[in-house]
Amino acid sequence: MSHVAVSDARPAAPAPHKGSLSARSLPRWAGAGFAVVSIALAVGIGLVFGLQSKVQWGLIAALLFILVSYAVTTAVENKRQAKDRVATSLVWVCFILAVIPLASLLWTTISRGTKVLNGYFLSHSMAGVPGFETGGGVYHALIGTLEQVGLATLISAPLGLLAAVYLVEYGKGALAKAVTFFVDVMTGIPSIVAGLFILTLMLMFDLGPSGFMGSLALAILMLPVVVRSTEEMLKLVPNELREAALALGVPKWRMILKVVLPTAIGGITTGVMLAIARIAGETAPIMLLVFGNQLINTNPFQGAQSSLPFYIWEQYRVGSDAAYDRAWAAALVLIAFVMILNLVARGIARWKAPKTGR
Amino acid sequence: MAKRIDVSGLSAYYGAHKAIDDISMTVEPRSVTAFIGPSGCGKSTFLRTLNRMHEVTPGGRVEGKVLLDDENLYGSAVDPVAVRRTVGMVFQRPNPFPTMSIFDNVAAGLRLNGKFKKSELADVVEKSLKGANLWNEVKDRLNKPGSGLSGGQQQRLCIARAIAVEPDVLLMDEPCSALDPISTLAIEDLIGELKERFTIVIVTHNMQQAARVSDRTAFFNLSAVGQPGKLIEIDETERIFSNPSVQATEDYISGRFG
Repeated sequence: MSHVAVSDARPAAPAPHKGSLSARSLPRWAGAGFAVVSIALAVGIGLVFGLQSKVQWGLIAALLFILVSYAVTTAVENKRQAKDRVATSLVWVCFILAVIPLASLLWTTISRGTKVLNGYFLSHSMAGVPGFETGGGVYHALIGTLEQVGLATLISAPLGLLAAVYLVEYGKGALAKAVTFFVDVMTGIPSIVAGLFILTLMLMFDLGPSGFMGSLALAILMLPVVVRSTEEMLKLVPNELREAALALGVPKWRMILKVVLPTAIGGITTGVMLAIARIAGETAPIMLLVFGNQLINTNPFQGAQSSLPFYIWEQYRVGSDAAYDRAWAAALVLIAFVMILNLVARGIARWKAPKTGR
Repeated sequence: MAKRIDVSGLSAYYGAHKAIDDISMTVEPRSVTAFIGPSGCGKSTFLRTLNRMHEVTPGGRVEGKVLLDDENLYGSAVDPVAVRRTVGMVFQRPNPFPTMSIFDNVAAGLRLNGKFKKSELADVVEKSLKGANLWNEVKDRLNKPGSGLSGGQQQRLCIARAIAVEPDVLLMDEPCSALDPISTLAIEDLIGELKERFTIVIVTHNMQQAARVSDRTAFFNLSAVGQPGKLIEIDETERIFSNPSVQATEDYISGRFG
């Protein structure tokens, strides 16, 4: 409210005359006011014409918001300010349109997921629980996801990091171009194709399904993301720092290790975490290669495992209310897992970021 | 232990473009040599050939000889890393390592070359910061980030970092062009002190600065845009500024061109 108070306290602008630098202007809360007015109008229109769908109400409100902003600002201020206001309003409308599905998704998952989410759910498997009955838990799937994603990260993070260092610091000519090209191609590989690729290997070498096979497919999916994001971060490191290190008589590999990588480590961590978040939700390769399991299998190198996305799919397919509840709870666990990873990444990025304090 | 630099027939290229053409000169030990000349005439490029930093630029290539006390820097067996330990460099814009504290910045050269003994490092850091006239300003905040210092302090930090590895020669590429007059004065005073121990080569656009700090001055010029830069003459600074032997030098110094 303090903003309103400030703008109220402002002395009334003198009547503008030709050539004056000051002009009439709307108060600061005008934008919010337009929003309230247009929402009220939209609700009115919706009630009067008996529109059933709330989506229609929302669209009318958005449209009115932009029109009202433009009309009032044109009348009170001028055309230029009006255009500015319309652009601002459009950005706001787009922002809200983008946030609605996200908030709705989070809300649905949380409200439906918390029903069965408790310590028991997190610490028990589905062993001996028929799908249509209550009880059981997600422990085996959580273990599976942690191990598969962890192994995939162990494979692709170092590989991706080294590939990016090669591309930025050493690569030139045909090899670097080829690597860049194939990384771009890999970015577009559908996850099921990566799964099929590993499946052919499994059949060729007569291997059974296991968490590790899933990790290999996930690593294929993760690798290009890590390479791309790390490459961009390394490119952001100023060349002057490289030259400063080289001019001190530091060998190039040491310069990369001690100056370039630490400077970019925050961004690199974020990139790796985003890549992890991307693969943590993959279902297709897990179906093909890890096979799913109702029991706890902590050994990712032998025997079928489960994983969170697979578990969600499996429970939803059962079709009973109890299974739906479990599916939503597992979805919530998966979202929380990704969220925690992101928070950790931000923490590391902030902790490691180049310091500017005095 | 300051060393003499003897350059003969040196040309440098960026890819197919020849940036400097056939330069020969001698840089005396324990003295300050200034390079002056218009932008694009190859002063900085030439400076960077003196510690093999030129070849770090993609497409950078050098022909000719640079003798550092009779050892050719461009000999086939010479390790560029070893050259850069002997010939240090300070850049135009202060570039402290942003992830490191003031202490770590100064210790970087030693630490990155594998010396780790803490007490030894502390001695070198103190000595170098004192050498760069920065010790009194930063002694209470050695573990604060180096990027928190002012521009002039950052540049002196970079000088401290460069002299911490005990080079024989110190190359400075317009070290004061981003600084205010007071910081500039601090650095010029510092150059005067450092020349007791090092051979110093400084590139500058500021002719007063060249006249103030240097013992010898080299004038570079280029005949036209796109043509390689050439060394016009090198002589005692006093002579260059009072009675140069080439007309172009006098024109440049007095502000007359063409």
